[in-house]
Amino acid sequence: MAGQRFVAASPLPGFGLTFGFTTFFLSAAILLPLGALMIRALGIPPTELIDILLDERAVASYRLSFGAAALAAAINAVFGFIVAWSLVRYDFPGRRLLDTMIDLPFALPTAVSGIALATVFSPTGWLGQQLALAGVQVAYTWLGVVVALVLIGLPFVVRSVQPALIEVGKELEDAAESLGAGGFHVFRRVILPTILPALATGFTLAFARGIGEYGSVVFISGNLPLKTEITPLLIVIKLEQYDYAGAAALGFFMLVMSFVMLFAINLVQGWGQRRMGIGATR
Amino acid sequence: MARGVSWTAEGRRMTRGAKLARALLLFISFGFLGLLLLAPLGAVLVQALAKGLGAWLESFSDPDTISSIKLTLLTAAIVVPANTLFGICAAWAIARFDFRGKSLLVTLIDLPFAVSPVIAGLVLVFLFGVNGWFGEWLLDRNISIIFAVPGIVLATIFISFPYVARELIPLMQQQGSEEEVAALSLGAGPWITFLRITLPKIRWGLLYGVILCNARVMGEFGAVSVVSGHIRGVTNTMPLQVEILYNEYNFVAAFAVASLLAMLAILTLIAKTLVEWRSGIGGH
Repeated sequence: MAGQRFVAASPLPGFGLTFGFTTFFLSAAILLPLGALMIRALGIPPTELIDILLDERAVASYRLSFGAAALAAAINAVFGFIVAWSLVRYDFPGRRLLDTMIDLPFALPTAVSGIALATVFSPTGWLGQQLALAGVQVAYTWLGVVVALVLIGLPFVVRSVQPALIEVGKELEDAAESLGAGGFHVFRRVILPTILPALATGFTLAFARGIGEYGSVVFISGNLPLKTEITPLLIVIKLEQYDYAGAAALGFFMLVMSFVMLFAINLVQGWGQRRMGIGATR
Repeated sequence: MARGVSWTAEGRRMTRGAKLARALLLFISFGFLGLLLLAPLGAVLVQALAKGLGAWLESFSDPDTISSIKLTLLTAAIVVPANTLFGICAAWAIARFDFRGKSLLVTLIDLPFAVSPVIAGLVLVFLFGVNGWFGEWLLDRNISIIFAVPGIVLATIFISFPYVARELIPLMQQQGSEEEVAALSLGAGPWITFLRITLPKIRWGLLYGVILCNARVMGEFGAVSVVSGHIRGVTNTMPLQVEILYNEYNFVAAFAVASLLAMLAILTLIAKTLVEWRSGIGGH
């Protein structure tokens, strides 16, 4: 670093221009709007703010948004691990295609996955019919929210775990096996501890994405107040009813949760790096 | 492959127990991904073609649908170049110089990924809406941002902001700047150096970021939905048009527009994979 100077000396040109444009664009497009929301929310008298945030309908929406996101991230931690394992450790026809397909939830517009899931899981849909025979209804219940969030969160877990599994390598396991450790024992004692930071990163990223997700959820969730209404939808509803204070308060709460999640992700990644020298790069 | 012998990705022979585990895990992987990814994708195509190719084509003669496609293309034509320019500038400043607060700047650039799309729309309402900071000023001058095209553009800029920057920053940090310094010391001007040295070095990473940015821009729903006002033929992008048609039970038309977006997603995945192969960048 340059001691007293703001920027270290460099033979390269263009710092002023690029740094200036970057900070200007960032401030205008991101920070100013976020600031407007924060100031708006903090302008609400504290007692009223607390009333809005602890309103029965709001609390029910947090329970659904956070609960479904946590459950979906947990499901992804299990199945995402199995998928990552299959992609890294086995050779089978269609492996590359499957690997590419993992990113589909990133590339597919959320409204498209939303109406597609609602159709597949509706009581008359391909999967909904089968599940109805077993007495399970997914569409228009909280289970639908979980299914949508599993879809959205899948790539986060697989893409976090894949590089860690590659890095663990077969050698460590072979060493454990040659010393007489059984398959499950190797998994629990060797593989799991090594990839745990990556798995935790994937879980946290999927969870963070899940609590804010809107497009893929609203078509399948049914949107019943107190039952299947997620927090982002409640914000939209308040805005449509010109309840600006309510929208600002809930938006502020969600924004604070985003900062908490960012902090948690940094913490988990730092833990992984300290522990293993590996960890997800994203 | 010899009969009855299974191999791992590393080309090792497997024991019987390992074979059984492999079969089980692959079955779970295929089943899970089939249900989660292929069933919805298949549903989009089946529903879009439920009444035949004619009905599918017919869906695109609806003037509201045509204008939604135009608006989506217009939005992408503004937002993708803007965020690309930003990404290049940010990567140049961050990867080539040491300055105070650099890690804070990197964190702030990533911020839109952590924020709900609904919040991205909401903040613009508090800035430019009738009750917002600039609401009265804009009203006096008869400028509409919320419930109009500028709001859609701004919301889309917000949510797709980090894509190009976050591909370029690590790439340029890893590449270093020796060649640029050499070119400059031999008398090349800064623009020549950038165009002839830097740009060729980063072109694959740049393309990769642009492809991802474009997919997000064209497909964005939540943020745009908050600021659009859903005015037919005026402020509906393709994803919003899908929603309207779907809510009207006009399923063939809704899934026809959705099938275009699904094709965009598949093209994005193909382009992304090709760039990964060509350049050797992992992307993950």
